[in-house]
Order: sequence, then C-alpha cells, then structure tokens
Amino acid sequence: MAATNAHNVAFVADTQYPDAPPPASEVGVLGWLKENLFSSWGNAALTVLSIAFLAYILPGFIDWAVMKSVWNASSLAECREIIAARHGEGATGACWAVVNERFNQLMYGFYPDELRWRPNIAFLLLVAALAPVLFQTMRPLAYAMAGLLGLQIIAFAYKTYTGAEYAIINPTLIATIAIGVAALVFQHQRGKWFYLTFAYPVIAYFILWGGVFLEPVETSKFGGFLLTMVIGVTGIAASLPIGILLALGRASNLPILKIICTTFIEFIRGVPLITLLFVASTLLNYFMPPGTNFDIVARVLIMVTLFASAYMAEVIRGGLAALPKGQYEAADTLGLTYWQGMRLIILPQALKISIPGIVNTFIGLFKDTTLVVVIGLLDPLGLTNPIRSDSAWNGIIWELYGFIALMFFIFCWGMSRYSQHLEVRLRAGDRR
Amino acid sequence: MAEVAHAPEPQAEAPAAMTVSDEVAIDISGMNKWYGEFHVLKNIDLTINKGERIVVCGPSGSGKSTLIRCVNALEKFQKGSITVDGIPLTSDIKKIDEIRRDVGMVFQHFNLFPHLTILENCTLAPIWVKKMPKKEAEEVAMKYLTRVKIPEQAAKYPGQLSGGQQQRVAIARALCMNPNVMLFDEPTTALDPEMIKEVLDVMVDLAQTGMTMICVTHEMGFARQVANRVVFMDQGQIVEQNAPEPFFTNPQHERTKLFLSQILAH
Ligand SMILES: Nc1ncnc2c1ncn2[C@@H]1O[C@H](COP(=O)(O)OP(=O)(O)O)[C@@H](O)[C@H]1O
Ligand SMILES: [Mg+2]
Repeated sequence: MAATNAHNVAFVADTQYPDAPPPASEVGVLGWLKENLFSSWGNAALTVLSIAFLAYILPGFIDWAVMKSVWNASSLAECREIIAARHGEGATGACWAVVNERFNQLMYGFYPDELRWRPNIAFLLLVAALAPVLFQTMRPLAYAMAGLLGLQIIAFAYKTYTGAEYAIINPTLIATIAIGVAALVFQHQRGKWFYLTFAYPVIAYFILWGGVFLEPVETSKFGGFLLTMVIGVTGIAASLPIGILLALGRASNLPILKIICTTFIEFIRGVPLITLLFVASTLLNYFMPPGTNFDIVARVLIMVTLFASAYMAEVIRGGLAALPKGQYEAADTLGLTYWQGMRLIILPQALKISIPGIVNTFIGLFKDTTLVVVIGLLDPLGLTNPIRSDSAWNGIIWELYGFIALMFFIFCWGMSRYSQHLEVRLRAGDRR
Repeated sequence: MAEVAHAPEPQAEAPAAMTVSDEVAIDISGMNKWYGEFHVLKNIDLTINKGERIVVCGPSGSGKSTLIRCVNALEKFQKGSITVDGIPLTSDIKKIDEIRRDVGMVFQHFNLFPHLTILENCTLAPIWVKKMPKKEAEEVAMKYLTRVKIPEQAAKYPGQLSGGQQQRVAIARALCMNPNVMLFDEPTTALDPEMIKEVLDVMVDLAQTGMTMICVTHEMGFARQVANRVVFMDQGQIVEQNAPEPFFTNPQHERTKLFLSQILAH
C-alpha cells in the first residue's frame, strides 16, 4: 500500500526502487533519430526536405564523378571518346585524367622533376615538426606516416599497373619510414621533438631553396600547392608571434609603442592584400638600390605575414581584453616581471579565449594565398590558366577547379576540426 | 553584533608573537592621489610598525582599496611619500618589484589563476621570481596549503573549489613568497556567510605569527580580536584611528559614530 496514496498522506518510503533502463524510444538509434532529426514538426520537415534534396542530387553526381569518369587519357577529346564508347553517345562523365596528367605540376609547379623528393621531404618534416605542437604524444605522427606510406604504395601499384616507371625505393619513401619509426621509438619524448619544430624554418629553407651541397632552385620554379604551402605555412607560423607582439604593444602603457603598433595595425587592415602584393612585386623595386635582386617569393612572404599579423593582433587583443583585470594585478603583486606575467599568466588564458579567431585568421590566410596569381605567381589557381589554354585540355572546368577546391577544403577543414578538438581539450583542464 | 560570531572568542591575553616591534614597516606621509580631477586620497599620514595589525574600515567609496593598492604600487599617487621596509616607493620599476616581493596581497575576488592547479598557483612566483628549485617550491607550497587547511586540494583547479577554499589558497599563494607585510582588501566580502569563518580563522592564525597586516574589512569581531589599531576612512581622509576597544566603545567623530551605528545595527 506504500506508493498508492503517497500523494496526499504523510508518507515514509519503505521500498527502494531498482534502477530501470530508459524507454526504448529514448536510447539507441531510435532515440538519436527522434532527438536529432524529428524532435519537432519543423525539424522533421527539414529532415525530409534534406533527404529529398540529397536523393535528387547525389545519384547524378556519383554517376558523373565516379561511374562514368575517366582517369587515363591524354586530352579532353580522348576522354569524351572513351566515355562515348563505354556509355553510349551523349553520356557525360568526369574527365579526371587532367588531374592525373597534370598532378605533378599542380603539386610542385615547375620545381625540377628529379628534385621533387625535396619538397616531399620538406612536407614530411613539416608534419613531424607540427606533431609536438598539435598533440601530447608522438603516436599520431606515426599514424600519419603510416597513412602516407600507404598512399605511396597505392601510387606505386597504380603506376606499375598502368605501365609507368616508378622506383619504389626513393628518398620520400625512406624519409616516411624513418620519421614513422622515430615517432614510434621516441613517442613519449615530446619535448625533444620541439627542437625539430624550432629548427624547421631553417631546414625547410635549406631543402627547398637549396645551397651548400644541395643544388639551388630558383623560386620562379616554385608553384602549385608547394607555393601555397610555402606561403601559407610561413604566414601562419610568423603571424602568430608577430601578432602577439603587436597586440601587447597596442595594449601597452608606453604611448610611443602604442601609437606605432596601432598605426601599423590600422594601416595594414585598411589596405587590401592585393595592393600589398602589388607593392611587393613592383613598387618595392623603386625603393631598393638598383641591381639588388630581392626574391619575389620572399617579398610575398613578408607582405602576407604582415597582413595576417595585423588581423592576428586584433584577434589576440580581444582575448587580452576579455581577461579580468584581477589576473594582471595578481601577476603584478606576486612580483612577476611584465614578460613573466604575460608568458605565464596572461597569454595562456588570452590565447585560449582567442582560438576560434586565431584559426579563422589562419584559414583566411591559407585561402588568400591564391591571390598571388595577380602578380604572376603560379599557385594551383594560377596553373589552371596554362592548363586550360593547352589545346589538349581546352574546355575543362569542373574537374580542375573541383580538385583544387577539394585540396583547399581538406586543409581548411582540418584546421577547423583541430581547433574544436583543442578547445575541448583545454576546457577539460580548466573548469571555472 | 552578528559579526562577532564569525571569529573565535577573544583571547584573554595576546600571544607573545603578537607584540609590536618599534621598527617601522610602512610609512605613508602626506600622500595624495587623484583620479583625473577627482581627489580620492587626501593627506594620508599613517605609520605602521613591524608586527602591527591594522584594520581599515569606512563607507564604500571612501578610498580604502585605493590606499592599500598604493602601498604595492598597483596605483600611482601624485604627492607625498610611501616607504615600505625602508624602500622608498618611486616610479623606478626595480624598486617597485622589490617592494612587491616583500608585500603579499589578497583580493576580494581571489584572483587565482584558473588555468593552473592550486599547487602551481602557489609555486609559480617562488619558482620564477625567487628562482627557487621546483621541488623546494612545492614543499613550501604544501607547508602553507597545510597551514590554510587544504593540502588535499593541491592537484585541483581553482574552479573546482568553493569561494572560501579559493580565498585560503590566495592567502597561501601570497605567503609562499615569504612576505613581510600582507595586505587584505575585503577578503570575506565576496564569500557566502558560512565560509567567512574559515577565512577569518586563517587570518587570525596568521596574525598570531606576528605578520604585519593591513586589512580592509568590516568584520568587527575580527578587528576586536586581532587588530591593534582601527583606522576609519571617509571621503578620502583618515577620520579617526584608535585601538579597537576605545574605537568601538567610545568613537569620537560624528561620522565614525554614524558608520558604526549603521554596520552594527543589523
Ligand atoms: N580607476 C578609477 N578611476 C576613477 N575613479 C576611481 C577608480 N577607482 C576607484 N575610483 C573612485 O575612487 C573612490 C575610492 O574608491 P575605492 O578605493 O575603491 O573605495 P573603497 O575601497 O573604500 O570602497 C571611489 O569614489 C571610486 O569611484
Ligand atoms: Mg574597495
């Protein structure tokens, strides 16, 4: 008689109810569907519409991009012949052959054929140099190298299958294995890997530009995604520290420093990047002693870095301003110097607050590298023009731009996902 | 007199350590401060000997915080002088750092570093400012965390602690620098009532070790128990100062009487 009239009489519980599982409609696939896709009439309608849209668009797309696509051909005309022969007159399919044939050009530009292992190794070392910054152990680096090794084996198998020459034992493969093994062996010495991170700019410069015992390569030969990476990575790596210094300068009590930093930031933000690139490519020559030959890529690197730094400074200033004044005062009263306080107390917190904005700036910068086409540098987008005006590939549009878009998407989306992961990780350690 | 309940019963006799030396710890003379046109502190004269416990009280906005923040150069003053442990406070950054190493401060809102653990909060300054080896700094930190009765929280983050625990960590953090003077700016005002006592107990304990203290607080029970002088401020001026007993039982100035009647009324 315990629970029946418990609503309205004095009551003392005499039984303990056992834990029961929640109703089936609340858990598992059904629960998930109900909560995420059909939680309200509006939501359900949206779900149905989206499914209808996908059903309308996807079959056609897969038919074009996969089922009727051609990977091996030497011209667009040949592609069309093959498709007509396989699927009948009037059928349309993607001609990925253009990406296949021009793959090396899209990746390396005009970097000499026999030296392409150098950009490859620079890229592998970049991954290795980033790993200690991005992760707590070196295990993810080992996985990354395993993945890249797999890709090389697939490429080898494909080339051999199509009858092309391809040496499986090459510097790239050896470097991949060496880094992967090092990552496994030294996976818990994360601190030591930072030496590579700090040395990386010098190493990469040496590998890509050449010198000492490596054959020098002129930057006019840099192109494709190699150029994108050189500009993007340099800009990202340099704009963060410069942006921090600018933000601190702008927030400083020293009037002169404050004016200089503020003027710089406002000037750079007030001018389009294209203008700065034109300045880099033409005007700068007037200011330099005649006869000096200042590398065009180096000039672009400086301009892109300055541009990104100004934006970075404003993002970080937002983070600095969001910290309570008490944090600065506590650091001061403990006797920490300005730089100690900044490094140990203020910046770790301010940067954490600013992560979304910082990554946003990184992504913007990475995509802005495509603007270098206006001063004649051949990044992937710049290469589309010579490819499309080649009589063999005249008329190709979707496949070429689609491939470039996909590459950019992979990098930008990767940065975005990583920043979300980082926010979660940092939040776990610090509950206010 | 609800406040008295927060502090332990007044002792019949002060412990030996609570005796006051005749060496001067802090000397403030003819000090004036303005915020723009606003004259916040007017002709402040205050000399505090080593081992003295001063309680500063007064209405909100009377300049109490500003006064003690001038002592460790969180605020600049425009006229007069402040000397701390014989070091004159000038705009010289070296002198300021020297004074700050010597003066600990506890804030109303704790101001712990949320991204560091309790232990790291306490060891940071000894390691970076005093160049103490990490291990030694951790031992010192544990000693003071034990003294404020929360050694078991050392590995947690500030956000996981209650307000009273956070304020005790803040006291331990300041003590880790082994200061000669401690400043408290309303250390219990932001706390829930049931946590005030645990913080006051720690402060009483600290007073009994002979620490020179300046406390801005309205905890009159605490003032009666440990202060050897109470300073009453109003409108940027020191209006009255006296030993606690005569100050509470026989206030002289009209404004003191009004203030005491207001805070003791409820
Ligand atoms: N940064 C500031 N700028 C201008 N006025 C201030 C500033 N800080 C405090 N004040 C003013 O100075 C007076 C004294 O403030 P404060 O020392 O905080 O008072 P208390 O701590 O006694 O409540 C108040 O009137 C306050 O409004
Ligand atoms: Mg105050």
